Amino acid sequence: MTDLALDPVSATVAARAAARGDLRAIADLVAPGSRVLDIGCGDGALLELLAREKRVDGRGIELSQAGVNECVGRGLSVIQGDADSDLVYYPDDAFDTVILSQTLQATQRPKEVLKHLLRIGKHAIVSLPNFGHWPMRLQILFRGRMPVTDNLPVAWYETPNIHFCTIRDFVELTKEPDVDAVMEKAIALNGAGQKISINAPWWFWNLFGEQAVFVLRRRKA
Amino acid sequence: MTELRPTEDTVSLARRREADDPSSPVARFGTDRALMLDAGVAIAPWQIAYQTYGALNADKSNAVLVCHALTGDQHVGNTHPVTGKPGWWTSMIGPGKPIDTDRYFVICANVLGGCLGTTGPASTNPATGKPYGLDLPVITIRDMVRAQAALVDSFGIGELFLVIGGSMGGMQVLQWAASYPERVFACLPIATGPRHSSQNIAFHEVGRQAVMADPDWRGGRYLDFDVSPRKGLAVARMAAHITYLSEAVLHRKFGRRLQDRDKPTFGFDSDFQIESYLRHQGMTFVDRFDANSYLYMTRAMDYFDLAADHGGVLANAFKGTKTRFCVMSFTSDWLFPTTESRSVVHALNAGGASVSFAEIVTDRGHDAFLLDEPEMFKIVNGFIASAARARGLKEGAR
Repeated sequence: MTDLALDPVSATVAARAAARGDLRAIADLVAPGSRVLDIGCGDGALLELLAREKRVDGRGIELSQAGVNECVGRGLSVIQGDADSDLVYYPDDAFDTVILSQTLQATQRPKEVLKHLLRIGKHAIVSLPNFGHWPMRLQILFRGRMPVTDNLPVAWYETPNIHFCTIRDFVELTKEPDVDAVMEKAIALNGAGQKISINAPWWFWNLFGEQAVFVLRRRKA
Repeated sequence: MTELRPTEDTVSLARRREADDPSSPVARFGTDRALMLDAGVAIAPWQIAYQTYGALNADKSNAVLVCHALTGDQHVGNTHPVTGKPGWWTSMIGPGKPIDTDRYFVICANVLGGCLGTTGPASTNPATGKPYGLDLPVITIRDMVRAQAALVDSFGIGELFLVIGGSMGGMQVLQWAASYPERVFACLPIATGPRHSSQNIAFHEVGRQAVMADPDWRGGRYLDFDVSPRKGLAVARMAAHITYLSEAVLHRKFGRRLQDRDKPTFGFDSDFQIESYLRHQGMTFVDRFDANSYLYMTRAMDYFDLAADHGGVLANAFKGTKTRFCVMSFTSDWLFPTTESRSVVHALNAGGASVSFAEIVTDRGHDAFLLDEPEMFKIVNGFIASAARARGLKEGAR
């Protein structure tokens, strides 16, 4: 089912995707024509990008009903739902790729969500903001205040993000025995959404990556 | 109690004529095409009355089946032959409307057990020459869908592009997806659920008891005596009508305002506007609807339980389906609350189906699907446009 072909109304989709550097990087990682579930799909920018460029069979879950209705009104298959409570309804291997972009840090139980991703999808793509990025470290070190950046512009008492982590923290989470994911790819992005050299060591990414994108799969068949 | 009395005999006479010889087209099936019912018996001959709008395209890929709710009928987009009122979903169906009759071939049939030309309790029983009355076997939602499938067959249509309906119509939509998954490309069930809840059955029982308590009901044989349980049916309709609305909309429309008077009469006249509104709803309903049909329709809804039909697991009803779904509910609907729609969505997810789900914010209650709800139209538009692209239906072409 490769529909949603090049609707002229969606001409702004590239602009919207460009505003979120990770979406471009994620789209490049998705196989053409595959079945994709985008969890926390927001206004559907990534789903539209994937439908247009990769002709995927895409589905979305979004917490805000207004966002969902907007997506469905534009012809996307999206339901209202919560990553913490609704992933249990999806069967194993239901999708080729399950995407969680900039959402893990807003979930109640990131580890359980990650385990569901690995169960539902043959591959999971996770992007997250890096709390180990050097300007964040400096804000805590010198101002003694919780960091507020262009990418994470909301004060601590208002942010939907409740489980911040660094690139390093996330990598350690994937190695937990009950998660035990295979990391197929990892990409760190700088503030402009550009990839940081693939040869850089982890500590470099953790310091200079503003966000990161990971491709994972479960180890056990 | 001044207003609970018969109104227009001409309207009810017109309605009785429609039961056997409708003014709309009718497909007749002889004894060689008996319809097997869930009750375990077959009926033959039988007939199904319908309306169509738009034109079927060359490869018969643009057919849309519209399923009507409890007291609806086939006159979805044209003037009603009995009441003279516009079709019940003219906001949704017509040229340039969300279900565009310039583009799609729309079929709407009166359900089995109905009273406007499809075999029902008011139809003539060929065995006796008199109306069936309660001799008609109990009808289920699946029976209704089976009858619709026979009608769709008669057009030579293999796969319907879309099946859409609200409330009881939504139950039929879900049943279509479960019974004939390969014959439904897209499904749009609105304000409905996978089963009738205990509370819903309770309300229906109040309605049925009101009908059967009317002395003119005469054990269901009222048509033989040329009477009808008008008061009972009107009360049933009044009670049901409350469940279609919401406290918010009742408060907004009527509040505690008095009808044509400045102070209460301290009697049992319809002092309040809401009373007079409900009495009007009840009285206009009895003119156009058959009381026994009301019993059969409500019973069909009560028996509906899609999970029970599939080993108690709703997801099994949709296992492996390729049909695309868009499920829709309304925030103020307390007859089919959003939780009911959500259980369908979860079951579809468990089956790996393609599903969208939208909840429309409105204070107009269950009946919102029949009203002018711009967000509903926008979502129906988006879903149908996307399904049409997936189906390869060309823009504006037939």
